Amino acid sequence: MARYLLLKHYRGGPTPLTDVPMDKWTPEEISAHVQYMQDFAERLEGTGEFVDGQALSPEGTFVRYDGEGRPPVTDGPFAETKDLIAGWMVLDVDTYERALELAAELSAAPGVGGEPLHEWIEVRPFLAAPPTIAE
Amino acid sequence: MLRTLTPAVIGILVRRGVDFAATEDAVQDALVEAVRVWPTDPPRDPKGWLVAVSWRKFVDATRADTSRRRREVLVQAEPPPDPGEEVDDTLALYFLCAHPSLTSASAVALTLRAVGGLTTRQIAQAYLVPEPTMAQRISRAKRTVSGVRFNQPGDVATVLRVLYLVFNEGYSGDVDLAAEAIRLTRQLAARIRHAEVAGLLALMLLHHARRAARTDSRGRLVPLAEQDRSRWDTRLIAEGVHVLQTALARDRLGEYQAQAAIAALHADARTAEETDWVQIVGWYDELVRLTDSPVARLNRAVAVGEADGPRAGLAALAGLDSALPRYRAVAAYLHERDGDLARAARLYAEAARSAASLPERDHLTRQAARLNADLRT
Repeated sequence: MARYLLLKHYRGGPTPLTDVPMDKWTPEEISAHVQYMQDFAERLEGTGEFVDGQALSPEGTFVRYDGEGRPPVTDGPFAETKDLIAGWMVLDVDTYERALELAAELSAAPGVGGEPLHEWIEVRPFLAAPPTIAE
Repeated sequence: MLRTLTPAVIGILVRRGVDFAATEDAVQDALVEAVRVWPTDPPRDPKGWLVAVSWRKFVDATRADTSRRRREVLVQAEPPPDPGEEVDDTLALYFLCAHPSLTSASAVALTLRAVGGLTTRQIAQAYLVPEPTMAQRISRAKRTVSGVRFNQPGDVATVLRVLYLVFNEGYSGDVDLAAEAIRLTRQLAARIRHAEVAGLLALMLLHHARRAARTDSRGRLVPLAEQDRSRWDTRLIAEGVHVLQTALARDRLGEYQAQAAIAALHADARTAEETDWVQIVGWYDELVRLTDSPVARLNRAVAVGEADGPRAGLAALAGLDSALPRYRAVAAYLHERDGDLARAARLYAEAARSAASLPERDHLTRQAARLNADLRT
């Protein structure tokens, strides 16, 4: 039992195998891609492995504290941020291998021409509760 | 306690010919009704009440679903006579819920629901997953074991593994999983004379005894050597030691008894300095012999470091895979004791990066920071 975060990046991963931006796809190709993701999440709820899935807007703002009584300082959005997260899925699976297997399935979501996108998915373990028996 | 009756009631319905999945649902519904009704109208025979209401819930569910089930189940208005408890249903249920065809996550969830009588919502909260996901995990688990004959004897080792996981790997939410694991192991130990069942119960009791001392008021992890031993629960320690001695007397040593023996030796030391590390190393030797587990070898290296000095500990560490969880933390500790502070600081920082839990990561980061501060002065 371990929880993993599957991250989809707009940018920032290894060089993508196909690099046609989504706004150059056909509407049907986009619908097929979205449908694949929904089906994937539904199937994992059925296997008892789904925890959460969310998509993020690419536009973000950086915020920081600027001292007592002063409004927060904001910066951005930056059009060229190197690493840009598009969304995530949280899974609760038995093994790391299972997390990799599912990430690979997510990576096979269809893109241009209905072909698998081979998108890079980042897999990161959550920090768990510490085990009671450690010695 | 209402939930202690759950396994027996499930057993009775299953022996009346109701399939396990439908029984389990019906008994859950009856438990919910009991929680509602009993406070104002307590039954004279709680078990009889639960059997009757579970049977009615099953009949209702079947009627509501007759078109699909008509040919599958013969519905009787009145329950058939109880065939009597020829076998121990509760024991049979432990085996079924820990069946080897289930993944460990599924076996844990099914055991907590069917044997423990927890609701799906409680189990979902305890493992931080959404309730529908946990509901699906449980119903899939029930489908997986639906073909297994209820009274088939199973492997005690798989049951113990599941109970160990419940005790050792959970979050601290509303449901006290450690206490629940102890309750279920106690119930199992009362039904089956088995040295390793007793060994696991002793192991849990001895570790549970230290719970209050394991974290400080701010939730930070306190290492064993620094724990305030006056906060250890002496009643649980006494019980754990007694259970362990009885188990060891059966002369059927296993990994849980060996681990419990190590915990008992720690419990026996009034201060960390009084710890009998030589005996502890002896038990780790047994544990390595029994399990051949790299984790046991890693923990043995710590004990060797205490018994024979850090150089001996580092020698015991040689040959182990540095990718093992906590390998770097152990190496850091031994190098610090050996006086190589710079190396220890570096290893603590690396260990923090690969820690599997937040309290461990914070603890290791503080260790690295402490050494780096010492090195600067």
